[in-house]
Amino acid sequence: MKLVQIDYGAGNVKNIQFAFERFGISPVLSSDPEEIRSADKVIFPGVGEASSAMEKLRKTGLDKVIPTLTQPVLGICLGMQLLCETSEENNTQGLGIISEEVKRFSNAVKVPQIGWNRIHDLNSHLFDGIDENEFMYLVHSYYVPLCDETIAVCDYEIPYSAALRKNNFYGVQFHPEKSSIAGEQLLKNFLSL
Amino acid sequence: MLTKRIIPCLDIKDGRTVKGINFVNLRDAGDPVELAEIYCDSGADELVFLDISASEEKRKTLADLVLRVAARIRIPFTVGGGISSVEDVEVLLKNGADKVCVNSAAVKRPELLNELSSRFGNQCIVVAIDAKKIDDSWKVHLVGGKVPTEVDLFEWAKEVEERGAGEIMFTSMDHDGTKNGFANEALAKLTELVNIPIIASGGAGNEQHFADTFIYGNSDAALAASVFHFKEIKISDLKKKLKEQGIPVRT
Repeated sequence: MKLVQIDYGAGNVKNIQFAFERFGISPVLSSDPEEIRSADKVIFPGVGEASSAMEKLRKTGLDKVIPTLTQPVLGICLGMQLLCETSEENNTQGLGIISEEVKRFSNAVKVPQIGWNRIHDLNSHLFDGIDENEFMYLVHSYYVPLCDETIAVCDYEIPYSAALRKNNFYGVQFHPEKSSIAGEQLLKNFLSL
Repeated sequence: MLTKRIIPCLDIKDGRTVKGINFVNLRDAGDPVELAEIYCDSGADELVFLDISASEEKRKTLADLVLRVAARIRIPFTVGGGISSVEDVEVLLKNGADKVCVNSAAVKRPELLNELSSRFGNQCIVVAIDAKKIDDSWKVHLVGGKVPTEVDLFEWAKEVEERGAGEIMFTSMDHDGTKNGFANEALAKLTELVNIPIIASGGAGNEQHFADTFIYGNSDAALAASVFHFKEIKISDLKKKLKEQGIPVRT
């Protein structure tokens, strides 16, 4: 199993690496298109602000590489949001793999949402062995609305996409690497897709 | 529904936990990683590590500790204590800290918060505010609450939100260590005033105090140290009690 984590200066790479290492898998951190293409599975991490993340992807040419990947890809947090068409966060053009607009929570709720929330309507092998209404850890100010690609739902102000899937591209808004045993299960499931 | 968080706080000196920690099953009571794992298993939602050491090697020791914690702990954790620059934060986040907690340095130079949030995102910037009620107004205190300032708690809270704080951890110096409950009146005012999560700190003595700060203080999270370290409160029991009162918690 060759697992590659895309290296473009995202913040949570260490924690994702540690999470896989806890069950014996060592991801390779790489920005080399050939190395990424040769992986069995790819992790697309992301923490921080959308436009500067896209800027980094464009600089390295990875914005052209990622949409052409054919193996299972898992975007985490901002990594998931960048799979979308656009984001309200500084009017950012995303990778456009999923034709949705990332929106900001309104000020009717505290922003960012920080903490543990339930996910439900789980509809993917990514959630095998994970219960409906399981708690996951989330930290985010922007969200992807419910859409055809939604494979899990979370509620904060409104129901929104906790996870997405389009073909080989998967995305989770929560942090599986920080979501205790259930999060670890999800990472294991991703490896066996 | 987003749940209310319970956060044990570990004071760290030279890479070891301080205060007599009363855990019979610990092989090494001074090992922060082992203690963190116990809290993690008993249902803590997050952890905070506050480095109170003043040694020259402080930065390196703390960075090493963060690396060890991140390798073992499957829940988020925040690191604080003497953080005063972008470089300090960079090392800690790179080593696996999820958030950093900034206190005195932000009061002395508020622009630091803009620098940190634009560089790392506001989600990982927790601003700790220690304050004490003097006459009728809450004044911010520095250096672990020892040095008073003229800064007003509520004005400062508003300012840190504007400058990019993702969360505020408010410690009432009047309540800290008393075990008489959290400063719920001030907390309620804070949660009304700003639109970022508020962590209540200082004053936890029993399980009801946690329920009260969620109900009356409107706090998003509650932090405590000694009641957990001395096993006066078990996190699993606490959560059961909170749930009985209709407070959403992760169980």
